[in-house]
Amino acid sequence: MTPNAVMDILQVTVLVLVAAGATLVVRTRDRVLLVLVLSVYGMLLAILFFVFQAPDVTLSELAVGAIALPLILLLTIAKVRKPQ
Amino acid sequence: MQVFPFIVVAWIVVVGLYGMVTSRDLIHQVVCLIVVQSSTYVLLLAVGYVTGGVAPYFFDISPRALAVDPVVQALALTDVVVEAAVTALLLSFAVQAYKRFGTLDPHELAEFKG
Amino acid sequence: MTPRQRLWLFAVAVAGLVACYLWAFAGLPGFGDYPGPYGPAILKRVITETNATGVVSAVNFEYRGFDTVGEEFILFTAAAGMSVVLRQLRGERERQSSPTDDAANRQVPATSSAIRIVSLLFVGPTAVIGWWLATHAQTNPSGGFQGGVILATAFFLVYLSGEFIVFRRLSPIALLDAVEAIGAGGFAAVGVTAVAMSLPYLYNYLPLGTIPGAVSSSGTIVLISFLVGIEVAAAFLLIIGELLEQTLLRREGSS
Repeated sequence: MTPNAVMDILQVTVLVLVAAGATLVVRTRDRVLLVLVLSVYGMLLAILFFVFQAPDVTLSELAVGAIALPLILLLTIAKVRKPQ
Repeated sequence: MQVFPFIVVAWIVVVGLYGMVTSRDLIHQVVCLIVVQSSTYVLLLAVGYVTGGVAPYFFDISPRALAVDPVVQALALTDVVVEAAVTALLLSFAVQAYKRFGTLDPHELAEFKG
Repeated sequence: MTPRQRLWLFAVAVAGLVACYLWAFAGLPGFGDYPGPYGPAILKRVITETNATGVVSAVNFEYRGFDTVGEEFILFTAAAGMSVVLRQLRGERERQSSPTDDAANRQVPATSSAIRIVSLLFVGPTAVIGWWLATHAQTNPSGGFQGGVILATAFFLVYLSGEFIVFRRLSPIALLDAVEAIGAGGFAAVGVTAVAMSLPYLYNYLPLGTIPGAVSSSGTIVLISFLVGIEVAAAFLLIIGELLEQTLLRREGSS
């Protein structure tokens, strides 16, 4: 197979995974599970950016979307939890 | 393959907006906003892609190689980091709303006046 | 308006939005047929003009430096805004103990040894990698923004291993404020000194070096990338610090 065809198949696969990931994030209602699913979605996006030949954006999305943003969300959830 | 990335972008926007409209929790709404923002990154990179192009870094390849567009990558890069900080600001508003009104349900919050 | 009515209104609006999207996408060139003159024009002359082989960072800090200044100040304002929004409301009184004392008295299960060992093991390499990324913008896929976030992650690992008190001591608020101000102000100052030399704002006036992509090449790009890196790291640590203060500081006068 030509390199272009391989690239095409890879990109289509990851695009479908990203669309499925977005749907899964929106359908999750429990807060802590939501943070975990968002982290996985961030990693899927990072793979997509890598396959689109953009390593800089991959680094940013990985560091921010999979690590910093879930941490900020978890701290906020801890703050608005009802005291047990 | 000519239009498939753009269809995925439209799907992510619609799904994110649907989540925001039917949400009963402010935190879930903020996460749906993050999803809608991520669609713009995919759109930017899809617009700048060149078939058969490589990443625009010429440390070890010839500067005459066919490369993808670097300008949209620069825009998406700063975008990703800055939107995280803005989301943190939104979440601090949610924390203050909870401290003031005791609830994070947007339907109940809409009825309070100031 | 009942939820069902809201959903119908949303369906109508989204149908209009999707119709406009499809109309717009029909006019775009197909995926991969990038025709635009801007990208290839920059790629043709970036090495001769700036001696930088990392084209994306050169675009970020040189060709579109003005946009980057704006984005960095958005980050700065968001971190400052969080401290303003999360201040004490009227009617709350802080307890006598400081957040550090509260952390020592918390009744939480101790972090497992596996998490502690792995987190503390990775603090050093993460800090080094973040620092390297922030200072090598002109060579590889690196740059101020991603280097700064990874540098902040090194501090998060200390918190994740259960040592909140060490985390607080490693990142005092006064030091973070100063570092963030130096980063943001330094970026603006680099541009203003160009104006003082009667050149356009953010002109690249430092010596460009001889080898494309070497550490001492490409003039102001290296300096700006380093300043942006420390500013982003300080901003993220401030944001997390604000939220942690909220979680650990028990306030009386409200639930």
